[in-house]
Amino acid sequence: MGEPERVQTLDDKQNWYWKKNIKLISLLLVIWFLVGLGGGVLFAAPLNEVPFFGVTLSFWIAQQGAILVFILLILSYAIRMDKLDREYAEKKHQ
Amino acid sequence: MSVEAITIIMVLITFGLYTGIGWWSRVKDTSSFYVAGQNVPTVANGAAIAADWMSAASFISMAGLVAFLGYDGTIYLMGWTGGYVLLALLLAPYLRKFGKFTVPDFIGDRFYSSSARTVAAIATIFISLTYISGQMRGVGIVFSRYLQVDIIIGVLIGMAIVGFFALLGGMKGITWTQATQYFVIIIAFLIPAIAISLQLTGNPVPQLALTGSDIVDRLTSIQIDLGMTEYMAPFTDLSMLNVFMITLALMAGTAGLPHVIVRFYTVKNVRAARWSAVWAIIFIALLYLTAPAVGAFAKYNLISTIADQPLEEVQDIDWVNKWETTGLLQFNDLNGDGIVNFSEGDANEVVIDGDIIVLSTPEVANLAPFIIALVATGGLAAALSTASGLLITMSSAVSHDIYYRIFNKEASEKQRLRVGRITLLVALLIAAYVGINPPGFAGEVVALAFGLGAASLFPVILLGIFDKRMNKEGAIAGILTGLIFTLLMIGLILSESIFGTEGAILDSFFGINAQGVGVIGMALNFIVSFIVSRNTPAPPVEIQQLIENVRAPEVDSELEIAATTEDN
Repeated sequence: MGEPERVQTLDDKQNWYWKKNIKLISLLLVIWFLVGLGGGVLFAAPLNEVPFFGVTLSFWIAQQGAILVFILLILSYAIRMDKLDREYAEKKHQ
Repeated sequence: MSVEAITIIMVLITFGLYTGIGWWSRVKDTSSFYVAGQNVPTVANGAAIAADWMSAASFISMAGLVAFLGYDGTIYLMGWTGGYVLLALLLAPYLRKFGKFTVPDFIGDRFYSSSARTVAAIATIFISLTYISGQMRGVGIVFSRYLQVDIIIGVLIGMAIVGFFALLGGMKGITWTQATQYFVIIIAFLIPAIAISLQLTGNPVPQLALTGSDIVDRLTSIQIDLGMTEYMAPFTDLSMLNVFMITLALMAGTAGLPHVIVRFYTVKNVRAARWSAVWAIIFIALLYLTAPAVGAFAKYNLISTIADQPLEEVQDIDWVNKWETTGLLQFNDLNGDGIVNFSEGDANEVVIDGDIIVLSTPEVANLAPFIIALVATGGLAAALSTASGLLITMSSAVSHDIYYRIFNKEASEKQRLRVGRITLLVALLIAAYVGINPPGFAGEVVALAFGLGAASLFPVILLGIFDKRMNKEGAIAGILTGLIFTLLMIGLILSESIFGTEGAILDSFFGINAQGVGVIGMALNFIVSFIVSRNTPAPPVEIQQLIENVRAPEVDSELEIAATTEDN
C-alpha cells in the first residue's frame, strides 16, 4: 500500500473561515509572547529602569500587567470568533 | 470561641453545602448523565473551571512562593494564567468540536491507535498523580495547623475526605459543587487581602495597592536592611533562562492538563467553550492579580513582626507557637544572642515553609478569628475541588481508556466502575505518601506535573489539531521522547529528595532546572514527531476527513449532524 491520498474536503468558504481563524490566533499569540515572555522576562532588565506608579514597569508586567493582557486576549478571541461565525453564515447564504 | 473551633464549624458547614449541592445536581441529572454539564450556563461553567484549576498550589502556596521569590514569582503568576491563553485559543474549541470524553480518547481516535491511547493514558496518570500530591500536602497543612496534629495525620485525614467526595460524585455532577467552591475560594482569598491592604496601605483594593502605594518600596528597603535581595529586582533567585523556561513549561503544561481540558467537553457547543474560557480566566485572574499583593503584604508583615525581635517574645506569639508545633516554622538561635536573625544565607535563623504564608497572614496581621477560619476553609475548598477532578480524571484514564478500551472491550458498566474505584483508592494512597514525603513546596510539586504535561500531552494534542499530516508513528514517538526525557531529567536533578542519593546526580540541564526542563522535553517531542511522521505513511483518509471536519465552522457541523442523525 502506497501513500494515502491527501484529503481536502473543506470548500472555499470553509477554507476562508479556517484561514481567518489561524490569522487571528497567530496575531493574538504574538501579543501573548511579546507581553508575557518579552515584557516580563526577556526585556525585564531594560524595563526595570522604567518607573510605573509605585513600582517598575517590568515588575508590574510580570506580576499583574501580563495577566490583564491575557484576559483581553481570550476575550477578544471570543468576540472576534463570534463575528467571524456571523460573517461566515452570511457568506454561506449569499 | 477559639480559632480552631470556628474553623472546624466553618469547614463542616461548607462541606455540608458541597455535599448537598452535589446531591441536588446529581439527582437532577441522572436522566442525561453525559450531557449534564451542557445545561450549565457559561458563567457557572467558568467558575467551575476556575475552581478545578485553582488548586492548593494557587491558594496556599503561590502568594508564599511570590513572597520569597519576589520578581521571579512571575513564573507562577504568568505561567498559570498565560497557559490559559494557549488552552482557550489552541485547544479548547477544537477538542469540544471533536467531542470525546477524555484526553486519551482524543489521542487514541485521532491517531487511530491503542498504543497512542495507552501512552496518553499513562501520561495522564503520571501528571495527575504528581499534581494531586501537591493537593494532599496542602490539605495536610491546613488540618495539621487547625486540628493541631502532625502533618502526617493531617494528610491522612485529608485523604479520607477527598476520597469520600470523589467517590460520591461523578465528573458531570460536580460542576455546580465546583462553582460553589469557587466562590468560597475567592471570598476566602479576598477578604483577608482587603483587610490587610487597608491596614498596610489604606487602599481597600489589594490589586491596586501593589502599585498604587509605597508597600513594595518599604518592603524593598527593609529587605535590604536585613541583607536580603531587592524585592523588585528581576532574576535574583532564578536566572533569566530559568524564569523563561519555567514560565513556558507552566504555560504549555497548563494547556495540557487533562482534568482541565475535560471541562470543555461538557459545554453546549464551541461558542460556549470559548465563552466559558473567558469567564474562567476572569475568575482566575481575580485571585492571580491579588496574590502578588498578598505576597508582598505578608512578607512585609512577617519581617516586621519577627525580625530582630527577642526570640522568647516571638515564640510567645500565639500563631508562631502553633505553626512551630507543625514543624513548618522553626527558629535556630545560631549565634545564641536570643534575637531572631531573619535574613538570607548562613546567618539566617528562621526556617519558614512557604506554604504557611497565606494561611498565617491573617494571624500575623491580627485579623479576626473568623477571617483566619475563612482562609483555612478556602484552602480546603481549593485543594478539594482540584483533587476530586484529578481523581476522577485518573480513574477514567484507567477504567475507560486502558481497561475498557484496550483490555476488556466487553466490560460491563459495573466492572468499569469497580476498576475506577480501585484506581481511585490506589491513587489516593500514592498521593498521600508523596504528600507526606514531598520533593518541595506544594507549588513546586505541582510545577513538576506541568513540566510533564508540557513535554507529553500538549504537543501531541496541538499537532493532532493543526498538523493534518501528523500520524500515529509520529505522535507515539514524540510523546514517549518528551515523557521519558523529562522524567529522566527530573529524576536526575532531584535525585537527592526522590531517591535519597547524596547530592544531585545532575545539577541542571545546561542551566535549566527540574521545573523548566519540560520545555526541552516539549521541543524534543515536536522535533521527533515531525521527523518520524514525515518518514512514515500519512494518516488514513477518514482521519484526515475528521480533522477537516474539526476545522469547519460550527454552523456547518450542526447542520450535518442534524442531517445524518449521527449519535455522539
